[in-house]
Amino acid sequence: MARAREGSSPLFAGNAAGTLRLIVYLALAVVLMVLDQRNGWLWQLRSAASAVVEPVYRLAGLPAAGVRTLGVAFADRQLLTSQNQRLREDLLLANAKLNRMAAVAEQNERLRRLLDTQHSLKLNVQLARVIGVDLGAYRYELTLNMGSRDGVEPGQPVIDAHGVMGQVKAVLPHTAVVMLITDPSHAIPVTIARTGLRTVAYGSRDGDQLSLPNLPLAADVRVGDKLLTSGIGGRFPPGFPVGRIDSVAPAPTGMFQVALATPAADLDRSTDVLLLHDQAEPKGPPDLPLPAGPPQDLAPAASASGSAPAVRTGPAGGALR
Amino acid sequence: MSRARLSQWWFIGTLAASLLLMLVPLPGVLEPFKPYWPALVLLYWALESEDRVSLGLAFGVGLFADLLDGVLLGEQALRLCALVFITVHFRSRLRFFPMWQQALAVLALLLNDRILLLLVRMLAGASLPPASWWISPFVGAALWPFLFLLLDDLRARLRIQ
Repeated sequence: MARAREGSSPLFAGNAAGTLRLIVYLALAVVLMVLDQRNGWLWQLRSAASAVVEPVYRLAGLPAAGVRTLGVAFADRQLLTSQNQRLREDLLLANAKLNRMAAVAEQNERLRRLLDTQHSLKLNVQLARVIGVDLGAYRYELTLNMGSRDGVEPGQPVIDAHGVMGQVKAVLPHTAVVMLITDPSHAIPVTIARTGLRTVAYGSRDGDQLSLPNLPLAADVRVGDKLLTSGIGGRFPPGFPVGRIDSVAPAPTGMFQVALATPAADLDRSTDVLLLHDQAEPKGPPDLPLPAGPPQDLAPAASASGSAPAVRTGPAGGALR
Repeated sequence: MSRARLSQWWFIGTLAASLLLMLVPLPGVLEPFKPYWPALVLLYWALESEDRVSLGLAFGVGLFADLLDGVLLGEQALRLCALVFITVHFRSRLRFFPMWQQALAVLALLLNDRILLLLVRMLAGASLPPASWWISPFVGAALWPFLFLLLDDLRARLRIQ
């Protein structure tokens, strides 16, 4: 069974053929990279090969899931009890708050309907699980166990119990990859809750913070201010917590203030996340407003108080003169 | 005949395992310490049985890794090709190095690999990675003697060429 090795490995292997082959392969790789960068072929190829790729992801996610299961299996009984107790208290508190808010929310809904806006406080969400897979993009990505077969689309916002996590970047039939808000190439429009100042939060290079690089020098920004999504841009619905300001300092150029913020969401601890289904707002400018006044179905009944507005509109129209 | 087949499967199995290990995440703190497994395993096979590892194979493995990894098609193909070429080129010398020198050579190869990766990512428009990103080659080099002995021992036990 001895293999013939002679000749295949000369002591000073400097033959031109090998170098030529290397150059050909390297050139091929570079061409592939450029084409992929331009056309995004990789994801098309991946969804074509999803039958191979997705089981590998599930397999690679098994150790992380196993560790989690073991953690539960061997957890101290006391720990579990106290955790349970804490969750109960949280739930109680949340329910109490919700009940108090319910009346306000209803009123808000009614008023908004009166204004005929499209904003809604209702959430249309889908629960997804995180698969523990490392896709090599430092730590700016998350893999979910739902994909296009479950109705997930690129661009959908992803949140957890504490705030915005990111948005869906690419989907396979049963897997979705989420770009986190801490990715340096991600930007999210935010407002500062206390002052209403609108700005944009980018991911920072270290991968666990947000940076707000262009705040006006005169702007009132303090450590501890909360950031909410502003809804501008139409990708993220308004009003979700994004983070909290950690530090504010003037930029090196002296033209702006730079703030750093910690994300509100548990980016590296969440195992269950919510996919928002409401695409926030239609793109482009809003439709022209319909003729002023309450919408038809909310107009006061003609019998009850219909006469009062009619009297008022009569003279304004100038029809009597 | 079955022994030849077994050795073939063993070869493919180690490569597949290395790709899988590449995907398995480590807990947050240890994340930067994860070595680049496919490179280490390919290095081992390139040193130990050269007739199996060619540039074409490195390219293929790299493409498949890219398909799994999903950053940029051709990125790992390029890196693994460069790695295997250098290894095969200096194979005869690397093989007779004492282990610590071999580990140093592996460190140099892995650092070179990181520089290539950095170059590719920068050209693709990614931002500069954090400093902890450079730890991985050192971990890979530190693990190399153990990986080498483990794979060699298993190969001897299975009596595989």
